[in-house]
Amino acid sequence: MGLLSKKDAALITDPFADNNPITIQVLGICSALAITAELKASIVMAVSVLFVLGVGNVVISLMRNIIPSKIRIIVQLIVVATLVIIVDQVLKAFAYELSKTLGAFIGLIITNCIIMGRFEAFALANGPWRSFLDGIGNALGYGVILIIVGFFRELLGSGTLLGFKVLGDPIEKTGLYAFGYENNGFMLLAPMALIVVGIIIWIQRSRNEALIEE
Amino acid sequence: MEHIELFFKSIFIDNMVFATFLGMCSYLAVSKKVSTAVGLGAAVIFVLAVTVPLNWLLDQYILKEGALVWLGPEYAEYDLSFLSFILFIATIATMVQLVEIIVEKFSPSLYNSLGIFLPLIAVNCAILGGSLFMQSREIATLGLATTYGIGSGIGWFLAILAIAAIREKIRYSSIPAPLRGLGITFIVTGLMAIGFMSFGGMLTGGDEEAKETPKTEAVQVNKDQVKAKEEMKKKELANNTKEILK
Repeated sequence: MGLLSKKDAALITDPFADNNPITIQVLGICSALAITAELKASIVMAVSVLFVLGVGNVVISLMRNIIPSKIRIIVQLIVVATLVIIVDQVLKAFAYELSKTLGAFIGLIITNCIIMGRFEAFALANGPWRSFLDGIGNALGYGVILIIVGFFRELLGSGTLLGFKVLGDPIEKTGLYAFGYENNGFMLLAPMALIVVGIIIWIQRSRNEALIEE
Repeated sequence: MEHIELFFKSIFIDNMVFATFLGMCSYLAVSKKVSTAVGLGAAVIFVLAVTVPLNWLLDQYILKEGALVWLGPEYAEYDLSFLSFILFIATIATMVQLVEIIVEKFSPSLYNSLGIFLPLIAVNCAILGGSLFMQSREIATLGLATTYGIGSGIGWFLAILAIAAIREKIRYSSIPAPLRGLGITFIVTGLMAIGFMSFGGMLTGGDEEAKETPKTEAVQVNKDQVKAKEEMKKKELANNTKEILK
């Protein structure tokens, strides 16, 4: 990459695997689990967080020298809340049905710990460009897990992807259903999200022994 | 009766952790020891019990469509609900600051053991989630809002207490190495959530039909009206945005 120095590129690639916000840092779990029953909702959520975290990190980084440290939490919350209101209003205008499905969870981006965590740990100490890359990197690491979980839950739970029937039609018994395959409705319920994430953690840690806890 | 029903519903059926996955970050991070889990759980109950009714008042008298009518008839058209995120989070941040001061004064040892997680209650999704669900489920009175706040606080407390106890025991079990720590906690939580799903029929006696509530026509009509209203709002919003973008 000519555009990015090696150090800058690491800001984006690290959160993807060895420093993933969800599976390693244990941040931002709530939304990752609650809205992943459909792939579409997962993607929208990932994009929203990408926007909020990217822009928010830049804003905080620009203001880092003038924020008094005692009230920084309030300042950070106001910045996030403003960005989330923008996302919420845009979704309501252009994708109303989807914003109904996501419901309160768009508002809950405000309390997504990844965002506060990155503000505290990175944007307050680094310049705007590096903060932007860091924000994008972490949001992508978050989005990847969201999309993996959403993919498996929708595929196994309702046999569709983004609403298209990829496994055939369950009523007319075409495709896989002709061989006696059934949808596993359990995948759509809340507990399976936890178990899917647990399995992702298992796979990731058995591939990289250094991540194993004592 | 209504209060008792809502109370048990918010503890068991709509449990913050197991049904909606709120407050998972602190739930996973602070649940290694029972004693700290109890401290954080108590703080969460308190903050929820105070912020949900406070935010209910804000919602009722400032934010809702037409809520400003007490200022005079000319304000009846105002709809400030897009500001709810900012106002809610400001209330919560203030209350958490207050709790922090109180805990530091009266129980320094608890204050030290909670460390960074006390201020982080402000960004615990369970707290903001409580207020947002209170808003979206249209809870009708201040009393019900308080009940809802306390109930969901107790639900969260129970969840973190249970997982902390399990994690203390599980340390001596032989678990595949990559699954140790975080992985097994996720899976155990999943199993607990499956267990909590069995509370689903608690208030209806397991009667599936009673769960889908629209019993009377009045409710149905009301729903239609709400739907029509939503359609209107949607169109309005879309128009507004298009104009702005132009």
